[in-house]
Amino acid sequence: MPLDVRVATSMAEAAGLLSSDQRTKFLSGGTLVMRDVNEGRLLDGTLLRLTDPAYRQMNASGPRVELGAGVTMAMVLNNRDLPFLHAVARAIGGPAIRQMATIGGNLFAETPYGDFAVALLALDAQVMVQSGYGSARTVAIEEFLGARDRGVSGLVTAVQFAKPQNAADFKFRKISRVKPKGISVMSIAAHLPNSGSRIVQARVAYGAMAPTPVRARGVERALEGKSLDSASIHAAKAAALEGTRPLTDAIATEWYRREVMPVHLGRLLTGEGR
Amino acid sequence: MLDIRKDFFANERDDNLNVVGKGVQRQDMPGHVTGRSPFFDDHAFEGLLHLKVVRSPHHHARIRSIDVSAAERAPGVKRILRAADVPVNKNTLLSLINFGKDDEPSLAVDKVHYKGEPVVAIIADSEAAAMAARKLVRIDYETLPAVFDVEEALKPGAPVVNDTYPNNYFEYHDKFDHQKLRFGDTEKAFKSADIVLEERYQMSPIEHAPTETNGSIAAPEQDNRFVVHSCAQGLFFSLGTAAKIVGLESNRLHFIGGTVGGGFGGKVDSITEPLAILGAMMTGRPVRYVLDREEEMLYGSPRGAERIYVKDGVMRDGRIVARHVRSYFDAGAYTRLSSYAAVKCTAHIPGPYWIPNAASDIYVAYTNRCPSTAMRGFGITAVDFALEVQMDKLAHAVNMDPMDFRILNAYRDGDMKPHRRVAKNTALIECVQVAAEKARWPISDSAKRQSSLAGGGEGERGQIPATLIDQRGQIGRPETRNAPSTQTLPAGTTRIALTKQPELEGSRDSRAAAPNVPRYEPAQPAVQAPAPLAPATPASPPPQPYAAPPSPPAAAPTPGATPQHGAMRFSSVFGTRRR
Amino acid sequence: MAKIPVQFRLNNSDRATFAEAADNLLTTLRRGLNEFGPKYGCGQGACGVCTVLIDGEPQLACLTLTVACEGRHVETVSGMADGPNMHPLQNAFMDNFAAQCGFCTPGMLMAARALLDRNPNPTREDVVEAIAGNICRCTGYEPIIAAILAAAGARGEKRA
Repeated sequence: MPLDVRVATSMAEAAGLLSSDQRTKFLSGGTLVMRDVNEGRLLDGTLLRLTDPAYRQMNASGPRVELGAGVTMAMVLNNRDLPFLHAVARAIGGPAIRQMATIGGNLFAETPYGDFAVALLALDAQVMVQSGYGSARTVAIEEFLGARDRGVSGLVTAVQFAKPQNAADFKFRKISRVKPKGISVMSIAAHLPNSGSRIVQARVAYGAMAPTPVRARGVERALEGKSLDSASIHAAKAAALEGTRPLTDAIATEWYRREVMPVHLGRLLTGEGR
Repeated sequence: MLDIRKDFFANERDDNLNVVGKGVQRQDMPGHVTGRSPFFDDHAFEGLLHLKVVRSPHHHARIRSIDVSAAERAPGVKRILRAADVPVNKNTLLSLINFGKDDEPSLAVDKVHYKGEPVVAIIADSEAAAMAARKLVRIDYETLPAVFDVEEALKPGAPVVNDTYPNNYFEYHDKFDHQKLRFGDTEKAFKSADIVLEERYQMSPIEHAPTETNGSIAAPEQDNRFVVHSCAQGLFFSLGTAAKIVGLESNRLHFIGGTVGGGFGGKVDSITEPLAILGAMMTGRPVRYVLDREEEMLYGSPRGAERIYVKDGVMRDGRIVARHVRSYFDAGAYTRLSSYAAVKCTAHIPGPYWIPNAASDIYVAYTNRCPSTAMRGFGITAVDFALEVQMDKLAHAVNMDPMDFRILNAYRDGDMKPHRRVAKNTALIECVQVAAEKARWPISDSAKRQSSLAGGGEGERGQIPATLIDQRGQIGRPETRNAPSTQTLPAGTTRIALTKQPELEGSRDSRAAAPNVPRYEPAQPAVQAPAPLAPATPASPPPQPYAAPPSPPAAAPTPGATPQHGAMRFSSVFGTRRR
Repeated sequence: MAKIPVQFRLNNSDRATFAEAADNLLTTLRRGLNEFGPKYGCGQGACGVCTVLIDGEPQLACLTLTVACEGRHVETVSGMADGPNMHPLQNAFMDNFAAQCGFCTPGMLMAARALLDRNPNPTREDVVEAIAGNICRCTGYEPIIAAILAAAGARGEKRA
């Protein structure tokens, strides 16, 4: 049987359909699933679309941000309450891809894709997952990404995170070999809140440095309680590779990623040009 | 607009031409900006069918059996093509000009020779149906040892890649294992040089990556013909190739094309046309065969890999006195156009320089990699990369500025090139001068005063020197690869008389190895066949220091040099041509 | 499986066709409606040659489900000219040699139009960003960037 398409009008309906049929694939923006269809990797089963407006809702005016999983990169870019995420959204594809690609889909993008998820990881986001017709549960993004390849049952409905108190505390950089943009050699996101002049609760995350986006715990430790100066940056660079397992792909070798990781981390932290 | 630098070349172009030198709108531009330019795929057909091929997952394997019964029953499948359905299932592109032996099937017969080689073609109502049926084809393979490195492939005992060329090298004129160039006496010049520098270079395969992938649509037409909308860069070349493979007179094929969505050399192989036509012949319906992006990138035929050794002798004053280039083209599993690349490379040696003693040995080696083909200056590009890096190293070695060094050694109009053609419109000196000027790179006053129009061809620069030749490279005589020179052609010799060489024993079958030729060792630990092969992409061979060739064995027999009637002349295109 | 009827506006005309459930818009445009402006280049969102406008926004036809376009407005390069009069971008592409093989041009023009419709006075940086998802293998991009900037300038003069 060739592929079928179904439309759900509510998130609960979509979650119910996903939980009841393993051969149902959820289609969010289409940039990942349609590729599998076009290349013959997805030949049968059902594609599920969702038209629920709540899936695309943004609530970003307050200190706690909630973004529907169907929010596109273009919607993020057009939202004045999310300036710290504009560089992240702009790093993803060209304008056409950004009209289509969603936050929910990005959580499932395989390395070296998935740069938005890297930013969400540094923001300590919570992922809302709804299974069956029940209510959504909240999963820490790190746990979500760690379990992703074992299969996620249900529907990712939204992500939540606390807005950085100061937009400058959030830093993001994507390193590509093609200008103005290309696929990630790596991406780095850092949320470094300040208390006085000290960093508290440092969160640093990498993309394309492991099979999923990962936290850079060594860097976080090196920066915690310190001010961002040459000594702490030096220590952070020394710990840059802790916990990484980069892959070799068409963009870069594992060796190259390791070699340049500390360099780019240093530039991100000092705010230097590329 | 590009301008002729009249300050350098006052007489180069008449300024009063109507079109040349003027900006003129291209006639295809309105079509491009309105979306009306007819690319091959921009044609509507009722009842269009779609063809997809099943490709080998192995680099080298014997096909034990093929079972298409389940695929034939799959929804939407109209017809399945196998090797036996292809009327002339062995071809080489340049057979149209009688160059090389047919060595490549359209669909693999009993063996696959590279990962991605087409084995079975499925024709169905939709691409999705063809892709679904593709998964139902069962092919039983017995994997065979594979070789991925050009020099490994040439060692005795290496896996035979291409049965048409059992020694893993292209055979020029059925006689020689490489293209050879000799000009002067490089060995003697190396001995007298102040510095001798020998380096090893290599380049990976490069995919053309056109935005339009390779493809074609073939459909039955009135008058018992087939119309073919093709992406081919050489439309009539593709027509001739397709006519041969599908066994039709060429006047029964009506090729339409010329609007190509990026070619760069990657659309000369006719890799889709024959099967699309065959599909139309077998189904009576229009058949479309288009590579998807992954196929284009992995199996769409790249610029071939090359390994190049350059040995130069240079004097302390900066003059290069001798250059010897030994290079290996990686043809992949089949010849396609690599045989031509080596000829082009030979004619290019020693690069845009005048060097009194020059020699080259250019091999085309078969490996179990995707066949390589034409791409923008193929045959020249990689060796130029090697030569220019070498030029920088030489400049450093003699403590000269690299720009000055190039101008000192640059060829000039009137100089004799080693392939026995007089150089004209050289302009390298002026190029370097302008590049230096634009880059604000200081060059010496002497270098600034030089001109490609002056001094070329003076004295020995315009002469063919006395030239040492040898018998190295004759097929079936591996021991002669390092043999000493056998003859000196007097200065001024322009025609090389061919000797009639007897076909020597031991050439094709036993491949007896000379004792001091290194034996082939598989790059990977030996595995028992059949065993799955290691990763898709062979790791690039570890760089190893250049090892000098083994010392020559006992003097090789020197066949009498009997001049042949109808002397052959070196041609800049295909080696030798009957006058 | 039965084909699904779909209706949408294509370049300001109402069109109806049938599609397989999982057909992408590119296949439907090209093989269902004989609209050959958008091209197939990769099927994976990497090259931009299938860029179309859907309700005025640039999207990739190869990654868009046809059935999701029901009732929407799809615009391609074929609808860019106003009768016999070319769009300023089309003229600028011709004048600036902004196409060589022409295969990326339909997508490039749609990406450029999406930019100018929103931002009539783009900077060079804006232009580069607007075509960042469109690959051209022939020109090296500079003539294309020059053409888009020239078209923006021409439009500006018109308004003045």
